[in-house]
Amino acid sequence: MLRLPKFELRSPRTLSEAIQLLEEAGPAAMVIAGGTDLVPNMKHELATPELLVSLAHIEELRGVRREPEGALAIGAMTSLAEVAASELVQRFAPALAQACSLVAGPQLRAMGTLGGNVLLDTRCQWFNQSYFWRQALGFCMKKDGSVCHVVQGGKNCVAAASNDTAPALMTLGARLELEGPEGSRTTAIDDFWVADGIVNKKLGASEILTRIVVPPTPRGHRGAYGKLRDRGSIDFPLLGVAVRLDVDETERVAHADVVVTALAAQPKRVAKVGDTLRGQTLGSPEFESAVLAVAELARKQCRPLPNIPGDADYRREMVPVYVKRTLFAAARGDGPVHHV
Amino acid sequence: MTVFSFHINGDRVEVAAPDHWTLLEVLRYRLGLTGTKQGCDKGDCGACTVLVDGRPWLACLTLAKSVEGREITTIEGLMPAHRKSGGAGADPLQDAFDRCGALQCGFCQPGMILSARALLARNPRPTRVEIRHALSGNLCRCTGYTQIFEAVESAVAQACGTTTAARAWEAQRERACEREDTP
Repeated sequence: MLRLPKFELRSPRTLSEAIQLLEEAGPAAMVIAGGTDLVPNMKHELATPELLVSLAHIEELRGVRREPEGALAIGAMTSLAEVAASELVQRFAPALAQACSLVAGPQLRAMGTLGGNVLLDTRCQWFNQSYFWRQALGFCMKKDGSVCHVVQGGKNCVAAASNDTAPALMTLGARLELEGPEGSRTTAIDDFWVADGIVNKKLGASEILTRIVVPPTPRGHRGAYGKLRDRGSIDFPLLGVAVRLDVDETERVAHADVVVTALAAQPKRVAKVGDTLRGQTLGSPEFESAVLAVAELARKQCRPLPNIPGDADYRREMVPVYVKRTLFAAARGDGPVHHV
Repeated sequence: MTVFSFHINGDRVEVAAPDHWTLLEVLRYRLGLTGTKQGCDKGDCGACTVLVDGRPWLACLTLAKSVEGREITTIEGLMPAHRKSGGAGADPLQDAFDRCGALQCGFCQPGMILSARALLARNPRPTRVEIRHALSGNLCRCTGYTQIFEAVESAVAQACGTTTAARAWEAQRERACEREDTP
């Protein structure tokens, strides 16, 4: 039986009150949104906050809205199930809707939030374990220890970014709006990550993610998300692939992007995708050859580590398979790609 | 220790429990509602599924304090709710699980039935794919899932006044019975 350590829970009604609580308590405080990542981590004593500040009662953090200029503004506390079911998101940002629809299972999607998924802690098979288990192993550098069990003699933590929504938001060029004691700031999601598995995001002290803004997508925008996992229901990704294809009126690719996740500490954009696919007409033999070339590029550029369950060699072989399938799915205007 | 105020199975309940307890702990160890099972305790198995405002929810990851004032339904609440709305016997889904032998050890059954109940509330005539999807957060480690899906289909068929096709194991059993009857 896994029991939670003691803590105090506060549920402010406004954002400023929440920031004030966080600032007063300093590092002893943590934010809780849906709790589907934090609560298991607390049960494993991976996080031991004395104060939890719940955002559940701050109404301004909920909902999906279309801004006048066409951008989608999604409140950080909007549940993953709501984002997946939103007609606006399905229409204008299909890769994001698909990614949300494949996070965990129905219960966790109803409880978990988009903001929480963006801020999901990195995962590693040597880290996401009980205190007893980790102690028996001598701990690791991400928590309570100093060594890495993934890369022998490794100096950097390589726990894997495992948030399905992050690569989808990267292909969409999303912006994150954050509110902290110093006021509000906006950052491109591409600039939010750091290649460090211990803390892989640039989130300031007492800062709260308030909104995720997806810029307007062109009329010919297509996107899809592919996810490899052990069980086709409730697992974290062994590999996640988000793709974007923007086509013109003649179905020729004007812009393309592929971002892969669950390999290392941050999601990885596959290089030279745009150059390879641009100008190809969907459905043509040249397009199909270009997709295969992109899959090969991804295979060469992605090297999964034995950081999460699932054989690293198998996951590497699956990179081109999922890149290819997800690109074809986006071209057809369907998806998501998964095995159930 | 805090006094929590809950709405559980149609009743208003006040219960004293430590602040840091989960909803699962309060249900099982304060209120004696042990139909909600404690499985993995970290959100993998779905055995602790309850309904919060009609949606399937994992009690093991829910801080008790966070669901004060919300409508919570556990497996114990289905039959009283069914009878209150004029029905007889158990909830039709419970009845269908029984009829179809959709269990072996029974541990996953409360969670399965509650996930299925939430599905039928929003979609009274789901397809097999929709049923599979709705139950994908509930693990069964004994029977496989076929009879569980068949049970949900059977409850749907009963509600529509039709019957489902005879299942493979039923035909097999009938043949076996015929053989035994033959002198």
